[in-house]
Amino acid sequence: MNHFPEAWGRPRDDVYGAYDHSYLQTTGPKAHTSSPAVTGTSVLGVKFNGGVVLATDNLASYGSLARFTDVKRLRVFGSNAIVGFGGDVSDMQYIDRLLESIDIRENYSHHGNMLNAKNLHTYLSKVFYKRRSEFNPLWNHILVAGYDGEGEPFLSSADLLGTTFSAPHLATGFGAHLAVPILRRLFPEEMPLEEVSKEAAIEALKQCLKVLYYRDARSMDKYSIAVITKEGIDIKENEVIEGTELGFC
Amino acid sequence: MFRNNYDNDAVTFSPQGRIFQVEYAQEAVKQGSVVVGLVNKTHVVLVGLKRNAEELSSYQKKIIEIDSHMAIAIAGLASDARVLSNFMKQQSLGSKMTYGRPIPPGPYPQTNTQHYGKRPYGVGLLVAGVDESGPHLFEFQPSGLTHEMAACAIGARSQMARTYLERNLDKFPDSSRDELITHGLRALKETLSQDKELTVDNTSVGVVGLAPEGSKGRIESFKLYEGQETVPLLEALERADGAAEESMEVDS
Repeated sequence: MNHFPEAWGRPRDDVYGAYDHSYLQTTGPKAHTSSPAVTGTSVLGVKFNGGVVLATDNLASYGSLARFTDVKRLRVFGSNAIVGFGGDVSDMQYIDRLLESIDIRENYSHHGNMLNAKNLHTYLSKVFYKRRSEFNPLWNHILVAGYDGEGEPFLSSADLLGTTFSAPHLATGFGAHLAVPILRRLFPEEMPLEEVSKEAAIEALKQCLKVLYYRDARSMDKYSIAVITKEGIDIKENEVIEGTELGFC
Repeated sequence: MFRNNYDNDAVTFSPQGRIFQVEYAQEAVKQGSVVVGLVNKTHVVLVGLKRNAEELSSYQKKIIEIDSHMAIAIAGLASDARVLSNFMKQQSLGSKMTYGRPIPPGPYPQTNTQHYGKRPYGVGLLVAGVDESGPHLFEFQPSGLTHEMAACAIGARSQMARTYLERNLDKFPDSSRDELITHGLRALKETLSQDKELTVDNTSVGVVGLAPEGSKGRIESFKLYEGQETVPLLEALERADGAAEESMEVDS
């Protein structure tokens, strides 16, 4: 029997055959996270007259397994911004810790937390870009909602590559394919923001969530929805999609 | 000049609970030429009296722009001020890069006096800047003390300027931008010795504030007036003083 340390804890060669070293390569390029593990699906966002609304479902999938069914993927930053996370849940928790420490640092300063949603989005996109440049990306696609420096409603996305994108309505993941066309039909490009009411925006998101629940196999019917207005943030985290019918399946 | 045994470094207290190196550093501020800062509801004004080392040399800069929304006025060791202003410029640029936000003016802590072998900065600063909540003026001392001020003067003979500022404090908040500059220049003038006067060469004025309603940006970027640009400001001061004297004669 082989008593050398490199064989400790390994299956015995005389019983199981020689260990196949191709499984564990010690040479070659360093590969960090090259795929996400536990993931959240779409994040939806719509700007309306005087604010923004964001929605996600509460599911974290492990591959195709619906692993965690009460994961809050909308995170509040300070008192005036919300980040919605799609993609890897552990990376979301890491970013959430970053945001927490920034909030604490800002609140220790004499002026309080004056970072608005636009500042936050600039910061997060730079975090993403730095990490992808290190070949160690944070596997997320996020939406940031709140107000910009001029007090106008702000909605913008950032992804794991550091790409940023802004529009009156946005969706990540499967929602980019299924929800955005619906939102574009409801709120056409030429429609001014002043004509979009809060109620219409919320109703549109609920409709999109329902379509996603029907068609996106990594979604579920429990969801969170956050409405940002000048009065503050109204977040509901245990909503259920109403009027669904899956009997025909 | 030696007070006692406790002034050899900046980390040892005297039995009376004082740190003499810090107090000596504050003396350095009093040697520097005077700078004045004052605030109204929309603007901050910094004015400084520049000195030249000799007749043929250039004048030492007193007001340094940190960013488009912030500037400092210095009294004391100019080289220490350069270290601090470079640091502030870096912080400001860093904030613009990572957050897309101009750094809010305010107190940032001093740690030099807590390390052996280091010394306090021998310079006093007036930091003028604007943020979302409006214009701000901060005074920084070598001791690390920072105060937000409505008006302030530091440097040689600055007591005269402070007296003027205290007497006229209630006029500042509602004064216009130009009136505020005139108040600043008059406070500066108070500190001058008999044989000196304010000239285009030795006067430096900096203004930063909120842009007037209806204009494009929200901030009126920092503007430094030096040399010939100070002529209209000095003339405005003369006119105002002239008018004041005339009205006094009418009174008598």
